[in-house]
Amino acid sequence: MIKAENLVKKFGSSTAVNSISFEVKEGENLVLLGTSGCGKTTSLRMINRLIEPDSGTIFLNGTDIRSQQPEILRRGIGYVLQNHGLFPHYTVAENIAIVPRLLKWDNEAIRKRADELFQKLNLDPSLKDKFPAALSGGQQQRVGLARSLMVNPPVLLMDEPFGALDNLTRISIRKEFRLLDELVKKTIIMVTHDVQEAFEMGDRICLMDKGEIRQIGTPEELLFHPANEFVADFLNEQRLQLELKSVLLAEVLPEYGADNDHPGQETVTVWDQMETLLQRKNQPQGSRADEGLTIARLMTAFSTYKKR
Amino acid sequence: MDQTQSFWQFVDQQSDKLWSQTWAHIGLTMISLILAIIIAVPIGVLIARKQKLSGIVLGFAGVLQTIPSIALLGVMIPFLGIGPKPAILALFLYALLPIIRNTYTGIMEVNPAVTDAAKGMGMSNWQILTKVELPLAFPVLMAGIRTATVINVGVATLAAYIAAGGLGEFIFGGIALNNSNMILAGAIPAALLAIVLDFLLSLVQKINLKSIRVTWLILPFILISTSSFYLLPTQIGGKMLGGFTPEFMGREDGYLGLKKVYRLGIETVVISDAVMYKAAFEHKLDVISGYSTDGRLKAYDLVILKDDKNIFPPYYAAPVVRNDVLQKFPELEAVLNQLSGTINDSVMTSLNYKVDQLKQSPEKVAMDFMTSNKLYKPARNGTKGTIRIGSKIFGEQYILAQMYKILILGNTDLAVATKTGLGGTKICFDALTNNQIDFYPEYTGTGFLVLLKPDIKTMNRLAGNRDGVYQYVSQAFKQQYNLKWLKPIGFNNSYALMMRREQAQSLSIETITDLTKHLNQK
Repeated sequence: MIKAENLVKKFGSSTAVNSISFEVKEGENLVLLGTSGCGKTTSLRMINRLIEPDSGTIFLNGTDIRSQQPEILRRGIGYVLQNHGLFPHYTVAENIAIVPRLLKWDNEAIRKRADELFQKLNLDPSLKDKFPAALSGGQQQRVGLARSLMVNPPVLLMDEPFGALDNLTRISIRKEFRLLDELVKKTIIMVTHDVQEAFEMGDRICLMDKGEIRQIGTPEELLFHPANEFVADFLNEQRLQLELKSVLLAEVLPEYGADNDHPGQETVTVWDQMETLLQRKNQPQGSRADEGLTIARLMTAFSTYKKR
Repeated sequence: MDQTQSFWQFVDQQSDKLWSQTWAHIGLTMISLILAIIIAVPIGVLIARKQKLSGIVLGFAGVLQTIPSIALLGVMIPFLGIGPKPAILALFLYALLPIIRNTYTGIMEVNPAVTDAAKGMGMSNWQILTKVELPLAFPVLMAGIRTATVINVGVATLAAYIAAGGLGEFIFGGIALNNSNMILAGAIPAALLAIVLDFLLSLVQKINLKSIRVTWLILPFILISTSSFYLLPTQIGGKMLGGFTPEFMGREDGYLGLKKVYRLGIETVVISDAVMYKAAFEHKLDVISGYSTDGRLKAYDLVILKDDKNIFPPYYAAPVVRNDVLQKFPELEAVLNQLSGTINDSVMTSLNYKVDQLKQSPEKVAMDFMTSNKLYKPARNGTKGTIRIGSKIFGEQYILAQMYKILILGNTDLAVATKTGLGGTKICFDALTNNQIDFYPEYTGTGFLVLLKPDIKTMNRLAGNRDGVYQYVSQAFKQQYNLKWLKPIGFNNSYALMMRREQAQSLSIETITDLTKHLNQK
C-alpha cells in the first residue's frame, strides 16, 4: 500500500532522516517509535508531502506520490495531529466538514456521515454547534479523528494523536480507538514516543534513532528478537509490561482462544486478560471465555511460553 | 472677530464650510486608509511568509512613521504639487505601519498546529490564507486599521497646509486669527470623527468569526462608498487659482475684503505660507497672499499687485518700548530711532532674501547692512544696565533685533539680551506687558487689528491710512498699556496679492482691479 524507499531529508547541516525504507501493507498499523528528534515525524510528514524529501521515493498504491498535486494527495489521506489542529473559528460541525467541502460533497451527505461518525466515536450530537475551545481534551481529539475520517480515506497518518491528553484519558481513548471498526480496516501510520502506546496500537513497530531505522517488526519480534543492543535497551525498562501486552492469550493458553461462542477473543493479550480478571475478582462466575482462569495460572502459562 | 459671537452661532453661520470640510476630511482619511489597507495587508501577509523581509519592511515603515507630518507634506510638493494628492499619499504612508505590523503579528499568532492541519487536509495556500489565517488574524488586523484611522484623522488636519482642505482649515485659521470658536469648530468635529470612526470599526472588529467571509466583501465596499463623498471638493477649475493662508481667508483685511471691495471672484484653496510661494513659482497657484517684504518674493520672481482700493491696512514696523525703560534710560529712544528711514520695502525684501533664501545668518545680514549704512560703531561694553530685545519667530524680526542690538551696544553704555523667536504676536506682546522684555519690533497693522481690535467704524475710517493707524495705535498703546511706539522704520510689511512676474506681465495685470477684470472676462 505504502512503500518508502531510501528517504533522505536534511535541515541545514543536520540530517533528520538518513536513507530509510519501509513498507506498510493494506490494513496494517505501523507505528514509528522513537525519542524526539529521531526523525519519525519528518518521515510521517513526507508521506503527505508536508515535507519533501531531498532524495528517495514514496509510492502509494504503486504510484509515486509526486505525480499528484500535493493538495489533491492530502485530501485522500487522513491526518490527525497531536494538538488536534481544529480551527478555533469553526464550529465542530464546520470543522469536520472541511475536507468533504474541499471535495465538493453536498450538505446532506456531510450531515449523514457526520452523524454516523459521531455515534461511532461516542460524541454527543449537541457538541456540533460548539466551538473547539468549549470541548474537553478527549472530545477535541475525537473530533480531530472524526474530521480525518469524514471522507473515509484508505490511509490515515497520526502524529502523536494522544500526546496532548492526560494519562487516564489517553489510555481509555486508545483502547476505544483500537476497537473502532473505522480504524480496523485502515492503513495507519502513527508516530509516538510512548512505548506502551506503540505496543498497544501497532501491528508492526518501526523503532527509529538519529534518523535511521534500528528495527522494524512486530512487537514480539522487537521484544524477543531485538536486532541490536539499542532495541533491547530501548525496551528494557518496561519489558515485562510490554511482553504481557504483546503476547496473546491464545498463544499461552490455546484453550482460551477464539471459538464460535466468543468472537473477538483472538485479539486479547495476556495483559488484557489480567486486567479483566482483576476487575471481575469479586463477581460470580458465569459462562465466559475465561471460565476457570486465574491470575496464577495465567502467569505460569506465560513463563512456560517464554521459556519455549 | 466678534468676541460676543457664540460657538453655535459660528457653527450655524459657517455650516456650509463646516460640512464641506468635514466631508473632505472623511474623504482624505478614507481614501488613504483604503489604499493603505489594499497595500499593507498583502505586505503583512508577505512578510509573515518570508520572515527575512519582516525586519526590513517593518523598519522602513517605522521610519516613514517618524517623519514629521509637515516635512512629509512639504517633501511631496515638488512631485505631486498641492491639493489632495500629496495629502493622501502622506496619510497613506502614515497608515502603512500599523496595518502591516498588525497583519504580520496577527498571522504570526495563528497556532501553527491549525495551519499545519489545514495544509495536511489539503487546503491550498490561498484557502489557508483566506479561510484560516486572515479570519484568525482579523481582530488584530482590525486593531491596526483602527490605529491607522485615528492617526489619519489627526494628521489629515495638516492637509489644510497644502490646499487639500479638511477640518484643518478651521483649526489653523482659528489659531492664526486668535478665534477660539473657529478652532473649536474644526477641532471638535475632528475629534468626534476619530471617535465615531474608531467606534464603527470596533463593531466590525467584534463581528462573529463565522460571518467574516461576508464581512471581507462588505467592509471595503462601505469604505469606498464613504470615500466617494470626497469627490465633491476635489474639482478645482476656473481661470486662475488663488492660494491663501488660513489667516488670510478669515480676515476683513484679507480675502473677505477682497470679495467685498473688489468683488474678486477667484477659485481658492487654503494653504500654508511655508509652501505657498513655491507652489506659485511652480505654477500650482496663480495668485497668493504673501507678505510684501518676504524674501521669497525675490527668490521666486513674484510681483505684488497694487492694492488700488486700499483694503490692506499699512503694516509699518516700529519698535514698541516700555515707557518705564525709556524713562530709566532716556538715551535709548534716540538710538533706536537711528534706524528710522533707512529701510524701505525693497531693502527689507532683499535683507529677508539673504536670510530666507541665501541662508545667511541674521547676525551677518544685520552687521553688513549697518556697516554699509555707517550705523555700526564698535561695542562700548557698558555696564549701565541691560536691555532685553524680543522678536517674533521669523527672519525679518531676527534681523531687526540684531540691528537694534548693534545700535544699543555701539551708542550707549547698556548691555543687550536678545530673546528672539517668541512665537507669534500674542506671545511677544504678553512678554512685553509682563516685563519679560523691554521692546520688540511690531507692525502698526498688527497692533491695530490683532491687539487693539477696534470696532468696524474705526477700521473703515482708518483703512489704508498710514499715519492715521500709527497715530491711533500710539495713543491707544500709551493709554492702555503704557507702551510707546517709536518712529516707524520705513518699510511696510503688509498683506499683498502676488503673481508670477511673467504671467502678470503677459496679462497686463498690475493692480487687484486689473485682476478682477481679467477674471470677469468671459
